[in-house]
Amino acid sequence: MNIKGPLQGLLVLEFSQYLSGPSAGLRLADLGARVIKIERPNGGDACRQLAIKNLWVDDSSLLFHTINRNKESFAADLKNKEDLELVKGLIKKADVMTNNFRPGVMKKFGLDYESVRKLNQKMIYAEVTGYGSKGPWKDKPGQDLLAQSLAGLTFTTGNGNSHPVPFGLAIADMICGAHLVQGILAALIRCQKTGKGAHVEVSLIGSLVDFQFEFLTTYFASRSLPHRSQVSNGHSLLSAPYGIYKTANGYLALAMMPVHKLRSALECELLGQYSEGEVFSKRDEIKKIITEFLIEHTTEYWLGKLIKMDLWAMPVMSWDDLTKHEAYRVISMEQTVVTGDGKQLITTRCPIRFNERILTSATGAPKIGDHNKSILEEFKNNNIA
Amino acid sequence: MLLQDIVVVDFSQFLSGPSAGLRLADFGAKVIKIERPVTGDICRSLYVSDVKLEGESTIFQAINRNKKSFVADLKTRDGLEKVKKIIAGADVLIHNFRPGVMDGLGLSYENVREINPGIVYAEISGYGNAGPWRSKPGQDLLLQAVSGLSLLSGDRNDPPTPMGVSVVDIYAGTHLVQGILAGLYQKNRTMKGVIVQVSLLESILDFQFEVITCYYNDGHQLPERSEISNANAFVAAPYGIYKTLDGYLALAMSSIPLLGELLKCNSLIVYKDSTEWFSKRDEIKLILSDHIKTQPTDHWLNILEPADIWASEVLDYQGLTHHTGYKILEMEQEVITGNGMKMKTTSCPVRVDGERLTSSIGAPSLGEHNSDIEKQLGLT
Repeated sequence: MNIKGPLQGLLVLEFSQYLSGPSAGLRLADLGARVIKIERPNGGDACRQLAIKNLWVDDSSLLFHTINRNKESFAADLKNKEDLELVKGLIKKADVMTNNFRPGVMKKFGLDYESVRKLNQKMIYAEVTGYGSKGPWKDKPGQDLLAQSLAGLTFTTGNGNSHPVPFGLAIADMICGAHLVQGILAALIRCQKTGKGAHVEVSLIGSLVDFQFEFLTTYFASRSLPHRSQVSNGHSLLSAPYGIYKTANGYLALAMMPVHKLRSALECELLGQYSEGEVFSKRDEIKKIITEFLIEHTTEYWLGKLIKMDLWAMPVMSWDDLTKHEAYRVISMEQTVVTGDGKQLITTRCPIRFNERILTSATGAPKIGDHNKSILEEFKNNNIA
Repeated sequence: MLLQDIVVVDFSQFLSGPSAGLRLADFGAKVIKIERPVTGDICRSLYVSDVKLEGESTIFQAINRNKKSFVADLKTRDGLEKVKKIIAGADVLIHNFRPGVMDGLGLSYENVREINPGIVYAEISGYGNAGPWRSKPGQDLLLQAVSGLSLLSGDRNDPPTPMGVSVVDIYAGTHLVQGILAGLYQKNRTMKGVIVQVSLLESILDFQFEVITCYYNDGHQLPERSEISNANAFVAAPYGIYKTLDGYLALAMSSIPLLGELLKCNSLIVYKDSTEWFSKRDEIKLILSDHIKTQPTDHWLNILEPADIWASEVLDYQGLTHHTGYKILEMEQEVITGNGMKMKTTSCPVRVDGERLTSSIGAPSLGEHNSDIEKQLGLT
């Protein structure tokens, strides 16, 4: 059963492709908004043709189906006058529209903010760019790995002597999409009070700068680049023992804790020589001692000792380990969605609970133009067709 | 301001909750940190980096700019009563205590609803309010460890590699903001308050939604990081960062034969079947790796960029902050802390109506706003 969320009644037009913009559309859909993807009749969202691990559902990749569940699709060629008029009709009815084209593209269609505002004063017009709308990077492809590379992020992960290590997921797209949702919702709240629309802009690089705000603020103050620790780096601003360590049968994560408590929990006397004032400056030395010590016994053995003293430690788990665990089962994170063809897929659900209820929807991703007929029918009486 | 007149009472500490409060402050809400006497938010002192400002960590200063501080001992009747008065006039309450702590203080959602029925009550836990981990510490690295996240970065032969930024806290914080704002939006229409809940575990699974959906649907195959230049265990060659003669080059998705032609690397041209770009990614990446290291970064970019191949140089903070592409973003701002110290930090990444949202107010000193707030509420 579909439980409608707090954004019930909200109409969102998504001119976005790939992940950053569509992940924002997905969250708005999760929260109960009606999200219509405006897609090129020929090919649609380019993400339909981008498969990861060569996994496909139908003509579109599993990746596309994951990002676009619970949305509708309206096929329109924005270069065709008739189609453009239909889309403008939808724009008059919508509350929010998103796009993540490179700067200038929406203007070519006559759908830049200034033009849209004339059609719909209250529109929340939300844009994602790679690097802003001006400057030397404005025409660079707004792609996740490139944004990570330019933003300095690849020097936060991995040990001190390793190469730049990117995050193994599309962090720029995801965090930027999350910021877009924040901006859209805050603008909607202002609109409720004042009736004013808004132009909301985020960029992949700006979002990654914000994401690294702790590091950059520290860098501004010290003017020295953060150093990843040589051993078990977990966070370059944090002292020993923060990191992941190998045990006799797996790996163990140790978060912040006083080294003298760690010493008594592990009964590792070598740690006794370090004062709390040295846990940052001598962290590599300390972490090396811990590394050599923890390898001797199993993860469970060490966890037993650490938990007894209420120290912050957990085992490293794979998805196999996690999904079999009761702690995973109780959060009911999975849901099944059904595509238009009746194919079933398992995916995750919205991570936010309202009034102690999870939000789910069994509606899968649409085919290109799946909803043209129903949308035109529905809006016929509103001068759209 | 987008959230003008919105008042947020924030009991949260460290990063997950406070990063949510920060965004609400960026959008114009008045955010009041409720802090315990003497130590305050543990983040003021707990983080041990080698850079401190005014004896407090730069991290605390970054997370708590543009907020107010009200000190109260919630275990005393007087402290609790004052805080309840603040709550009565607030729109949003945030906390990230372990399950049961707010109940113990008499500040559960049920209690708070009696004082303020329209409130949006927002909480972040580590692992939700049920199950065997409910009382475990909700800490960033630990969540990276148990959620499979640490098995996605680094190369195949590397140990589990955590992401070097507190991604779980920050990402869950963005979800809390989304929930709070959706709750406020709904309240404006229905006049009803709501409890909004986020857990670090659910948030970090959402973060992995693209790749864990592959796992759910392909017979539970665990991710295998590529052996060379891994940047995403699920993405085909050439996706990754490669060493050049004088630095590094990032290459995103691209056709391998086309790349072979452009880079004059003939051994890549034979890979015409695009499914091999994934199945033979290590072999392809090894060829690329050997080829790319022979020339400087600019040499390659001058070939790849005109052909619209997705590539870039790799910068550290010095390279980034000196670049015009960064400067025109105007992401930096100067703030003045409660103690009168000027410092530079970043600003809100969301631009509204063409403007950056900035504020020159830095992090508060502990209890800085007690007398103001008490006066405003007639508590003195």
